[in-house]
Amino acid sequence: MTEAKKYPTPQGNPETQPFWDAAKQGKFMIKRCTACGEPHYFPRSICPFCFSDKTVWEESSGEGEIYTFSLMRKSATGPYAIGYVKLKEGPALQTNFVDCDMDKLKIGQKVKVVWKPTDGAPLPFFTPV
Amino acid sequence: MTIKGKAYIAGIYEHPTRHAPDKSTAQLHAEVAKGALEDAGLTSKDVDGYFCAGDAPGGLWPMVDYLGLKPRHVDSTETGGCSYIIHLGHAAEAIAAGKCSIALVTLAGKPRTGPMPPRAAGAEADFEAAYGATTHNAYGMCAMRHMHDYGTTSEQLAWIKVAASHHAQYNPHAMLKDVVTVEDVLNSPMISDPLHRMDCCVVTDGGGALIVTTPEIAKSLKKPLVRLIGHGEAMKGPRGGKDLDLTYSAGVWSGPRAFEEAGVRPSDIKYASIYDSFTITVLMQLEDIGFCEKGKGGKFVADGNLISGVGKLPFNTDGGGLCSNHPVNRGGMTKIIEAVRQLRGEAHPKVQVKNCDLAIAHGTGGLLGVRHAASTAILERV
Ligand SMILES: [Zn+2]
Repeated sequence: MTEAKKYPTPQGNPETQPFWDAAKQGKFMIKRCTACGEPHYFPRSICPFCFSDKTVWEESSGEGEIYTFSLMRKSATGPYAIGYVKLKEGPALQTNFVDCDMDKLKIGQKVKVVWKPTDGAPLPFFTPV
Repeated sequence: MTIKGKAYIAGIYEHPTRHAPDKSTAQLHAEVAKGALEDAGLTSKDVDGYFCAGDAPGGLWPMVDYLGLKPRHVDSTETGGCSYIIHLGHAAEAIAAGKCSIALVTLAGKPRTGPMPPRAAGAEADFEAAYGATTHNAYGMCAMRHMHDYGTTSEQLAWIKVAASHHAQYNPHAMLKDVVTVEDVLNSPMISDPLHRMDCCVVTDGGGALIVTTPEIAKSLKKPLVRLIGHGEAMKGPRGGKDLDLTYSAGVWSGPRAFEEAGVRPSDIKYASIYDSFTITVLMQLEDIGFCEKGKGGKFVADGNLISGVGKLPFNTDGGGLCSNHPVNRGGMTKIIEAVRQLRGEAHPKVQVKNCDLAIAHGTGGLLGVRHAASTAILERV
C-alpha cells in the first residue's frame, strides 16, 4: 500500500528552497545557528533558540533513532506508521516509518532517511537500519 | 495585577443536540447564545463583549452581525479545543480593565453531519503534511512514549473511560450512556497504537456558550455565584526539534500559573473538568497541572479514582467528551459548563460533588503530540 501512496508535492518557498534542491541530490539538510551553535529542523532563516539570523545549511547524516511512533491501523491510503526521529545531530522531526514490518517498530530503534518521489522534490522518510 | 475574583460566570448553556443536520452552524451559535443569556437572566442587548474561535463561520465580522450584537470588546483567539478556556481568561482581563461588562462566548458546529474545513497551512506544512498526523495518531505517539518512559498501561488509560461512562449513564443527553469496563476498552478495536476506539472521544454536533460578567452584575442576577480566581495559558511545539519530549504538555505552565493566581493547590480542588479528547490527554494533564507526580498518572486514575462518590478526584461528571459530548471536536467549552454546574449544585444528583466550592476546568487544543495550547481556569463558588 505504501508503494501506491501518492505524497503531496512540496511547495517550497524562498526560505526553504535550498532544502528541496538538496533533496533532489539525495542530501538531507538541516540548519545550524553559528551564533548559539544549535541545529534545528525544519529549516528557518532565523534561529528559533536565539533569534540570530546567522543560520547555515548543513548536511545531516540522515541517521537517528525512533523517539516514538503510532500505527494508524486504517486510513484512506491504508495503514501507516507516524513517528518522530531524533537525528544524530540532535533535532527531532516528524516522519513516517516505511519499507518495513510496522508491527516490529520499537522506540530506540536505529533508522535512516529514505526518499519517496512526489511530482516535485522527493520527501524524506525513515526506515529501520 | 490579577483577574482573581474580578469576573463571574453568570450564564451557561450546553446545546442538548448531538446531531444537528437540520440546523446551520450560525444558528447553533445563536441558540447557545440565547440559552446562556436566558440562563443568566440577560438579553442580547446587554452583551458588550463577544468571543468566538475557529468554529464560528467567517469569524467575528459575520458572527457579530448575524447575532445582532454591538460589542465594544471582541476576541477571536483560536487555540482549538481550549479556545474557550482562554476566552474565559481574556474576558476576565477585559472586564477587570473595564473594556466590557457582559461578555458572551460561543462555540458550535457540526462535525458529525459533515467534515470540518481544513486548517490553514503553517510554516511546517511542506515538512509534515505528508506524514498524516491526525488527532488519533498524534495522541497515540504521546501515549506510546509515556508508556515507554513511565510504564503506563492500557488498563490504566482504560480506567479514565470507565469513570466517564459511570457518569454518562446519568446524563440523558449523553451520546454514549452504557457503563463500560476496563476489558471493554481493551477489547475495542485498535485505532492508532496504543489507543483503542474507547480511548477516543465521541464526534458530535452541538455547542455551548458562557456569559462572563462583573461581580456587581452577577450579584444582581439570580444564579448561584461562580467566579474565576485563577487562569493560565501556554503553548508548546517541537520548536526546531530540540529536546523533544511528548510526555508532557503546555499544561505544565498553564496549570501552575492558574494555581498561583488563585492561591490554592491541586489538593484543594473538589471537582475537575479535564479535556478528554483521548484517555491519554486526561492522564497527562492530571500530571502536568499537578494532581500527581509526572509518570504517576496511570496509578492515579486507576481503580475508579476519577468516579464521583468513589474516588478522590471526581472528573467530567457529565460523561465528558469520551461519552457525552465533544461539540465541533473542541472540548473546552463543555469543561467550563460542567464545572459551573458542579459549583452551582446543578449537576445530576448521582454525580453532584458534596459542598463543591472549588473546581478546575482545564483543556488543551491542537495536537498534543505536535503543536498545542493549554489553558487552566480555577473557579470558586462564592
Ligand atoms: Zn541560535
